[in-house]
Amino acid sequence: MKHLTTPFIGISAAMLAVAPWIINAAPYESTMGLVQKVFYFHFPAAILFLLAATICGVSSAIFLFGKRPNADGWAIAAAELGLVFGSLTLVTGPLWARKAWGVWWVWDPRLTSSLLLWMIFSAYLLLRKYGGPGSDKLGAGMALFGMANVPFIYVSVNVWRTLHPQTSVVPTLPADMGIPLWFCFAAMTMLFLSLLSLRARLEHQRARVEALYLAEDEA
Amino acid sequence: MNSDFERLAVVDVARHYGRRKALSQINFTCASGEIVGLLGPNGAGKSTLLNILATLLAPSIGRVEYGERTVADGGAEVRARIGMLGHDLFLYPELTARENLSFFAQLYGLSDIPTIVRAALERAGLADRGDDFVSGFSRGMRQRVALERALLHEPRLILLDEPFTGLDQASASALVARLRERQRAGCMVVVATHDLDVADGLLTRAIYLKNGRIVGTDTDSRGLADRYRRAINNSGGDKPFLSADLSAEALRAKVEAPGAKVEGLSKS
Amino acid sequence: MSAFFRVAWHVMRKDLTVEVRSKEVLLTTLFFAVSVVLVFSFAIVREGRAPDDVAAGILWVAISFSGTLAMGRTFERERYNDTLRALILAPAERPAIYTGKLLGLLLLLGLVEIVLVPLIGLLFNAPILAYPGMLAALLLLGTLGFAAVGTLFAAMLVRVRSRDTLLPVLLYPITIPVMIAGVRGTAALFQAAPDESMARFWIALLIFWDAIFVTLALWTFEPVMTE
Repeated sequence: MKHLTTPFIGISAAMLAVAPWIINAAPYESTMGLVQKVFYFHFPAAILFLLAATICGVSSAIFLFGKRPNADGWAIAAAELGLVFGSLTLVTGPLWARKAWGVWWVWDPRLTSSLLLWMIFSAYLLLRKYGGPGSDKLGAGMALFGMANVPFIYVSVNVWRTLHPQTSVVPTLPADMGIPLWFCFAAMTMLFLSLLSLRARLEHQRARVEALYLAEDEA
Repeated sequence: MNSDFERLAVVDVARHYGRRKALSQINFTCASGEIVGLLGPNGAGKSTLLNILATLLAPSIGRVEYGERTVADGGAEVRARIGMLGHDLFLYPELTARENLSFFAQLYGLSDIPTIVRAALERAGLADRGDDFVSGFSRGMRQRVALERALLHEPRLILLDEPFTGLDQASASALVARLRERQRAGCMVVVATHDLDVADGLLTRAIYLKNGRIVGTDTDSRGLADRYRRAINNSGGDKPFLSADLSAEALRAKVEAPGAKVEGLSKS
Repeated sequence: MSAFFRVAWHVMRKDLTVEVRSKEVLLTTLFFAVSVVLVFSFAIVREGRAPDDVAAGILWVAISFSGTLAMGRTFERERYNDTLRALILAPAERPAIYTGKLLGLLLLLGLVEIVLVPLIGLLFNAPILAYPGMLAALLLLGTLGFAAVGTLFAAMLVRVRSRDTLLPVLLYPITIPVMIAGVRGTAALFQAAPDESMARFWIALLIFWDAIFVTLALWTFEPVMTE
């Protein structure tokens, strides 16, 4: 993984640099207009946001019950990336909503559950930052509940508000829109994975430096 | 399976809070019938070490052996043999002395609680004040209830954090007498204190702590004050002051003696 | 198993004895809950009457706000003489200690709700007696889900300096599903044409969440309480 990070970053940077041209070349969607183009970033960001939640929750469980200190590094890396990709999702979502429904925000199940998940990530990071010593364990406990919440948030908000048609557009996209979408998806996934492994590595190395510093005069 | 233990061994224990080293390279053993004193200025790591011995804190490095066990192999069984008197006394001020004692007796799963509690109140000299609220007690009375609370389940290992603070001469000598009695009963006692006058003559061994390290050990129970000052003041360098053959090295040799586990020692 | 319930029972009884003596948490929580109801009323009442369909929302907001206060206070008590350490040090199963604290808190919040619900019925003309069984079930299950997470978080945060602010920050996002179920279920009972099947659906969902939350909390209490 370590050796792959640099080429990964390079490739995803190159892909993201090319992405505007590819998105520009994709056909112009008549009902949504230019705003439709936001979808090419919105969809990958939302998927990676959920992936981050899963990684954070699973690593926290491994950290807490499996007593594997390294898992905590992955959890915090995933949480930070979750916040970044969640913010991206939440910024691009209303742009779409403004055009599709005429308002910036509707209490639609997906929007609401994304906002809640984003809140859980923020709360987790606040705890990590201000929780003092021992906040790694407390954060892991919190993350477990956060992950357990994801499907529930979705179900509950879904029943609560059903005005939004539950269409999944992605599989039915025409190829000339599908290709740019999957291109962006690949680019962002690579960016996500390389940032994740970089951030986790940073955390692991910080832990090692700490351990070395602390062990310095133990010998 | 017998969960009791006759010996406590602290092996290469270190505890870090982030970058701060609260304790490093702590090695000592305590056998049944010993009263070990942890002496040192504030912030020397005495309370941290007591909390590690009480299983409330996990050491960052090293391990604590309770007989053949560590906390990992027998959490609740080890805890059942430990009694701790914390600096904050661990009592509910809104409850009466009797209620406090009965509550903890129930938590420890003791049988015949009224008799045990009555005996404990008598030992605390509070037989007639058992139904008064702890909030109305003086510091000395609370301390006595708290000590009896910690000893209710007749623990093998007794941990006391600054038990002499705020006690008058009479209460302090009562406490000393009670600890002596437990010592004769075969308990191990570890006392963290900076009150050298009371500690003098009570301890079978003194361990001087400074900045989270052992800077000296002492098996002569008399005249601690002078050697304490020397140990604490002369510890600028890395070389610990040693008055007896109980240096970390010697202890490690003891710990590595047949029957003791060796893994974990190699990292130093 | 009997040892588990014995310990839980004694911890709960100890908490209630302390509370009966001081009444501090009960009275302050109750007064706070009433204040929350009033503040919300001032915010939404127009021309002397409240809009329809707000009673359920205000009820649950009051429960969650005052519940947070009660959780913070009950664990502040355990912190005062460091008694939480003593509880953890006992050889009892730690989930039993958690269960005892949770039951004590539930009873306390139940008492608050006994005052709060009639008050809401009075102020907002809510038909609280139309479906007493289902309303009680919603209140019990919703409070249980909320308190199960809250007790765990409050216990985790006892050693943290900024616990007073972190408790609501962590608790509210996590317990939103319980709140939604509670509010929607109660609203279904309070509306002009009560929707029983809707309320039943939310009750079923609450049972499911409570099972998950309580299991997770019992499971995580032990590892998060050892430093």
